[in-house]
Amino acid sequence: MSDMNLTVHVWRQKDAKSPGKMVPYKVTGVSEHASFLEMLDILNEQLQAKGEEPVAFDHDCREGICGMCSLMINGRPHGGQKATTTCQLHMRKFKDGEEIFVEPWRAGAFPVLRDLSVDRTSFEKIQQAGGFVSTNVGSAPDANSVPIPKEDADRAMDAAACIGCGACVAACPNGSAMLFVGAKLAHLHSLPQGQAERGHRTQAMVNAMDAAGFGNCSNHYECEAACPKEISRDVISLMNKDYVKASFTHRERSGKGDGGA
Amino acid sequence: MDLNAKIPDGPIEQKWENAKFNYKLVNPANKRKYKVIVVGSGLAGGAAAATLAELGYQVSCFCFQDSPRRAHSIAAQGGINAAKNYQNDGDSVHRLFYDTVKGGDFRAREANVHRLAEVSVNIIDQCAAMGVPFAREYGGTLANRSFGGAQVSRTFYARGQTGQQLLLGAYAGLNRQIAAGKVKMFTRTEMLDIVLEDGKAVGIVVRDLVTGKIESHAAHAVVMATGGYGNVFYLSTNAKGCNVTATYRAYKKGAGFGNPCFTQIHPTCIPVSGDYQSKLTLMSESLRNDGRVWVPKNKADIAKRPDTIPDEDRDYYLERKYPSYGNLSPRDIASRAAKEQCDDGRGVGPGGRGVYLDFRDAIKRDGEDKVREKYGNLFDMYERITGENPYKVPMRIYPAVHYTMGGLWVDYNLQSTIPGLFVLGEANFSDHGANRLGASALMQGLADGYFVIPYTIGNYLANVNAAKLASTSNPAFKDAEADVKAGIDKLLAIKGKRTVDSFHKELGLIMWEYCGMARTKEGLAKAVGLIRELRAAFWQDLQVLGGADTFNQSLEKAGRLADLLEFAELMCKDASEREESCGGHFRVEYQQEGEALRNDDKFCHAAVWEYKGPDAEPVRHIEPLTFENVHLATRSYK
Repeated sequence: MSDMNLTVHVWRQKDAKSPGKMVPYKVTGVSEHASFLEMLDILNEQLQAKGEEPVAFDHDCREGICGMCSLMINGRPHGGQKATTTCQLHMRKFKDGEEIFVEPWRAGAFPVLRDLSVDRTSFEKIQQAGGFVSTNVGSAPDANSVPIPKEDADRAMDAAACIGCGACVAACPNGSAMLFVGAKLAHLHSLPQGQAERGHRTQAMVNAMDAAGFGNCSNHYECEAACPKEISRDVISLMNKDYVKASFTHRERSGKGDGGA
Repeated sequence: MDLNAKIPDGPIEQKWENAKFNYKLVNPANKRKYKVIVVGSGLAGGAAAATLAELGYQVSCFCFQDSPRRAHSIAAQGGINAAKNYQNDGDSVHRLFYDTVKGGDFRAREANVHRLAEVSVNIIDQCAAMGVPFAREYGGTLANRSFGGAQVSRTFYARGQTGQQLLLGAYAGLNRQIAAGKVKMFTRTEMLDIVLEDGKAVGIVVRDLVTGKIESHAAHAVVMATGGYGNVFYLSTNAKGCNVTATYRAYKKGAGFGNPCFTQIHPTCIPVSGDYQSKLTLMSESLRNDGRVWVPKNKADIAKRPDTIPDEDRDYYLERKYPSYGNLSPRDIASRAAKEQCDDGRGVGPGGRGVYLDFRDAIKRDGEDKVREKYGNLFDMYERITGENPYKVPMRIYPAVHYTMGGLWVDYNLQSTIPGLFVLGEANFSDHGANRLGASALMQGLADGYFVIPYTIGNYLANVNAAKLASTSNPAFKDAEADVKAGIDKLLAIKGKRTVDSFHKELGLIMWEYCGMARTKEGLAKAVGLIRELRAAFWQDLQVLGGADTFNQSLEKAGRLADLLEFAELMCKDASEREESCGGHFRVEYQQEGEALRNDDKFCHAAVWEYKGPDAEPVRHIEPLTFENVHLATRSYK
């Protein structure tokens, strides 16, 4: 197997305030066994050899779990391979001589920091609004004192697998974060521990999502197709049901930034 | 250097109770007057920040990633140990304690390990109450599996994503405190120095990784939970950002560094495929519950398709050599055994650096669906990386650097030799001795963060005047800021030709060759020379493009590598001085029939290094270890 030579068009943007543009680069000698991010490493080595600044991109664990890596690759979040993050996408999925287009996540709520790096602080705000069970350390009963049917635990785990990468938002024509929010709600609401704060949590997280500027769902289901952890769109239905229910049964708690105490 | 471990009085089972009773307390109304800095947001740091805030302290928490949820604890796959004995198979606090001391090859402090085993049961309760979706049996109770170095099933798990789920639990707790205004969270912010006044830790200097701004933060105490230094090898299972900077800079300010040579090589990782490789991926140890490790008996068979090699021509060498533990032998032993087979010319795959991990028999026994339910995500990951289907062909695996048992020395209270600087999780040296057992890293991180530091830090703060918070305009802070800025300017001013990664890869090769799975006196001496040459070349020919006041990933990496280049030498020195083999530290000169040969007469101690300045040799101190409850014995898994 000979190495590949590619043309990679990369979004370059100095900082949040400067305009950006696509810039084509030749990358040579890429092994089919390299990951996509390793291809970008090779590009960066080749750029620096020419005295050009390397491309900034977010990454950390490089094993598909930290959620740090992102990238729209040929218009698809994480490159479009089923259940795969960019760091786990390998160059054997591309052909020698191919042109590849690489952009950052595109969403109003994810401003570009530099080149391919975006700011996902808006996700943090949503989690802080209610993505937790209010249990202080030291107050827990024996773990087996609350039996949880295996089916419920499995459903919770399916939703809890979300890595918070933002592919769902980038894939959505409306820039909606409903798969992300629904995943956390479905995780906690599948378990007995999540029931006490169910109504408040749903309202608080949905409201935070709206305040952060994410769009609404209009049933394209691109989020589900793009999700590297295969979170089901069912979590959005559950969220909507819970939200409507909460609007009848719950009033927003008084005070701002109430930690859900 | 004062290495008083401050081990509490009393029999081992009562030490932690006694300590908790004797600790001074800070009354609830006074807690809010104290500021605590937590550096790192993984299992240890995230849990500590959330828990200290619950208690009422004002906490500032820092991480270099864009969210606390990215910390590398997230990548732990297999599980977390706890002495619940839910399986009725003979587990107990004492057995977990015993297994951990023995697994660590008698180089950990007994009192710390016993406390870890005691609080392990509380961790599971706490995590379940916070909504961690642990695996369950059909009746609704928690499920368990086995891990290496244990003959009981005490490992709790959430599919192959246990670290992720536990971290998201700690992250949720942290978010609750951020929303409540009790924790101020600083993301994309890297700690670059620690600040001391009157010999006590009073704050840190950080760099905002987006704007490049250098800033100081003051507090009454500093907690560091900044993980391990496995990336000194360049290729490891660590995340790319993992680094030694926080702990190394604390070392340079006077914190003793304990057992830096104790590193763990994990036996089951996907082998290296080429020089472009940026990291190695672990295949969870839990796979060894059902997978069988083998190589061809005959060298002529190594290139044959594995399914065409009949059983009688396969060498299931772990089952052969260690019949009672078999494929679940501890990591150091399984790693060395794999290296031995490959050195003998019976390794498989590119370069002959691989052994098979085969699920044929498990699939035949339980069916493919059952295997998929247990390990599906791991099998999928393997296929994505290698392009091979492990349901059809056996996985190929090889050892890789995974975890570092060494770290900043801490006493029983998790305080370093710098008063007011506490160190938690992988960043400290305390609980795993010379080898960590599987599923014990998550246990230690959460034990330290949820259940130890909330008690021990109060004992320190009770003697600190809350009204006296150091001012960041004091000379100690200004000097530290100036040093940090000068360090950055120095990197940018080299304007050489070689990239950071090219130097880092070279360092990795040196360390893997001479300070990896097998070490010799000559090799380590050679490594020190090579590291010094590489360091000189780094400071002459490094190229870092871009400026100090921007989002500059090359600059971040350069600063971390500069520290690793110094730290690597300390590791080699420590490995050279420790003239014995124990756990993950295997000195070729000290072995008996291929097994590690400890020297308890001379080395039954923790080695603690003291920094003496840029041009002086560091000084090696020792903390003697005594074993009163688990008697010193040759570790046997046969």
